[in-house]
Amino acid sequence: MHPAIQGLLTIVIGVSGCVGYFYFSNQFLDKVLFPARGPNAGRNINRANMIRPWLFLFPALAALGLYLAYPVYETLRLSLTERIPGGGYQWAGADNYVQMVAEPKFWEAMRNNMLWLIVVPALSTGFGLLVAQLTDRIRWGNVAKSLIFMPMAISFVGASVIWKLVYDTRPAEQDQIGILNAVYIFFGGTDPQTWLTIPFWNNFFLMVVLVWIQTGFAMVILSAALRGIPEETIEAAILDGANPFQIFFRIKVPQIKTTILVVWTTITITVLKVFDIVFAMTNGQWETQVLANYMYDKLFRANDWGVGSASAMVIMVLVTPILIWNVRNARKEMR
Amino acid sequence: MSDIAGTRPALTWVVHLSVAALVLLWVFPTLGLLISSFRTADQIATSGWWKSLFPSEQNLTLRTAAPETQAQQDGIYVIEGNLFGEAGDANISVWGISSRAIDAFEPGDTAELRKGGTITVASNGDYRMENAEEFTGSRGSRVFATATTPPEFTVQNYNKVLLDPGNVDGMGNAFFNTLTVTIPATIIPILVAAFAAYALAWMEFPGRALLIAAVVGLLVVPLQLALIPLLKFHLSIGIGKGYLGVWMAHTGFGMPLAIYLLRNYMAGLPRDLIENARVDGATEFQIFTKLILPLSFPALASFAIFQFLWTWNDLLVAKVFLIDASGQTTVMTNRIVELLGTRGGNWEILATAAFVSIAVPLAVFFAMQKYLVRGLLAGSVK
Repeated sequence: MHPAIQGLLTIVIGVSGCVGYFYFSNQFLDKVLFPARGPNAGRNINRANMIRPWLFLFPALAALGLYLAYPVYETLRLSLTERIPGGGYQWAGADNYVQMVAEPKFWEAMRNNMLWLIVVPALSTGFGLLVAQLTDRIRWGNVAKSLIFMPMAISFVGASVIWKLVYDTRPAEQDQIGILNAVYIFFGGTDPQTWLTIPFWNNFFLMVVLVWIQTGFAMVILSAALRGIPEETIEAAILDGANPFQIFFRIKVPQIKTTILVVWTTITITVLKVFDIVFAMTNGQWETQVLANYMYDKLFRANDWGVGSASAMVIMVLVTPILIWNVRNARKEMR
Repeated sequence: MSDIAGTRPALTWVVHLSVAALVLLWVFPTLGLLISSFRTADQIATSGWWKSLFPSEQNLTLRTAAPETQAQQDGIYVIEGNLFGEAGDANISVWGISSRAIDAFEPGDTAELRKGGTITVASNGDYRMENAEEFTGSRGSRVFATATTPPEFTVQNYNKVLLDPGNVDGMGNAFFNTLTVTIPATIIPILVAAFAAYALAWMEFPGRALLIAAVVGLLVVPLQLALIPLLKFHLSIGIGKGYLGVWMAHTGFGMPLAIYLLRNYMAGLPRDLIENARVDGATEFQIFTKLILPLSFPALASFAIFQFLWTWNDLLVAKVFLIDASGQTTVMTNRIVELLGTRGGNWEILATAAFVSIAVPLAVFFAMQKYLVRGLLAGSVK
């Protein structure tokens, strides 16, 4: 069967299956199981209303449990076991972790990930705040914002191609077609550089791609936060003779501190999962390995599920503080 | 009052200029790829894309028409024509008839041809060859010209990448595969999540707060953890690698954000509306389909855009759950990564392939930006 027809069929089956499930399960509950008539009508209505939420929730909970909650447990289990040749698993304790920690590539990935974790959220939030503030009062601000926001829609892979062209290198005697080298030569550089192979600094050239994508996100959220600041506080500061910089740093930024923190943590999560950019641009060569790509290498190239799962657990552990913080905030807000 | 922030003309100019600079910086890389995708391989390899917007000076090797086109006029043999095929906007500054002296003549000069006869070349490329005897040979004479040619763009790359079925590097197949992955993976989670979100927003039952907290927690669980356990699960229940698996995976991974966004929105709907409907005897199912779903359209649209962009742009989930050894089910992001490996230097193919995959999300982005922004504002955990 042609995949497109299969896709259409899936939409039809999926959608009608969902609607059918919800409709008939509700009908069953109201008409068959606990009908709202007869001697026990009142009790039946109450019972039906106790069960109904779970009918509504069941498919979503099943998907959440199977696709997100169960894997956390299973990955933990896999990271503590090893495959026996010929099938089956045996308990390995911390062996996988010990093996992983002994690998220099793992530490390279950790170091790079820490760099990413500091640089990308800081720069994205910084640029986002800058653009949000600058475009706040100018007439073509919305056009500018929408252009800076645009990379959000571009895939990491597409962005990698875009930036590979920027970093492209041609031999010294030819015209440079990568704009970075062209600018470098224009300002007196002698030899064109192969930017992505310069150890350590190439990490930053990869980070630029993510900063380029994430700045738009930061800008949108921070721009809304800036608009939400009460006018009076700013007017009062102007009357007291504050200059624009003081207004920005002393009046505006403190009032949107929580939003900045939210943006920062959201970008942090994205950074921890970053895989496509490194995979497409350097594939971890020239000392640009990061955890997500290291994990992919272990799982699908080396076929080492134990160490692969162990490194996935490392990502999970790094995410956990943010997870807890988010949950606590959400609960606070609900009260 | 000239001290008030934002009203000083100098400061206003600085603001305008810095915003312009930032916008340029952000747009430039994409623009480079877009322009490159409309240039030929030669053009891309020999000059930067930023030069293609202006007329460029190039050294060209051109050829006159073959001797068989000669005509006799007033007793001499003449070949006439234009070196560029027809007179265009190209402008010849110097020319020559030998590869060792390509700048020997000015436009309008007349040169002696080695095989006999003369040639005159005008600056627009018109030439006239004259000879007392008949021109011989099967090919025309070579003319070396340094010419300023106007910007020139072509859609040939797109023809090749999208429409040529014989092209092994083509994207046509991958384009349809991506669509096949994306559409069900966008629609199904919305439906499933909408019901759950309604239950979490408007139904009273024990454990509700705990469930909401769990959804918020699952929002940040990296999907990397799910790869091996779920691949094992898919293999064990017989789905293996394929569309069904990738649809299910995307549905699962999109679920927390969907529930979170939709619940927040639904919880903000006016309480009176729902209670009145309940008093009037509407069942929960009716309230949901007739009242909540239509009212939640903005939130549904926001999530649909997110999920669409994310599934369209995804590489990892497709690689793990969809693409098997046959390679028939490859998606565009994966094709591009493969091309980066095998055709790393062929920018005409890479740029075009990348733009084919970028174009759809960009169109969605510009058309539905309002909903995207709204969703972002609602979706970031406050």
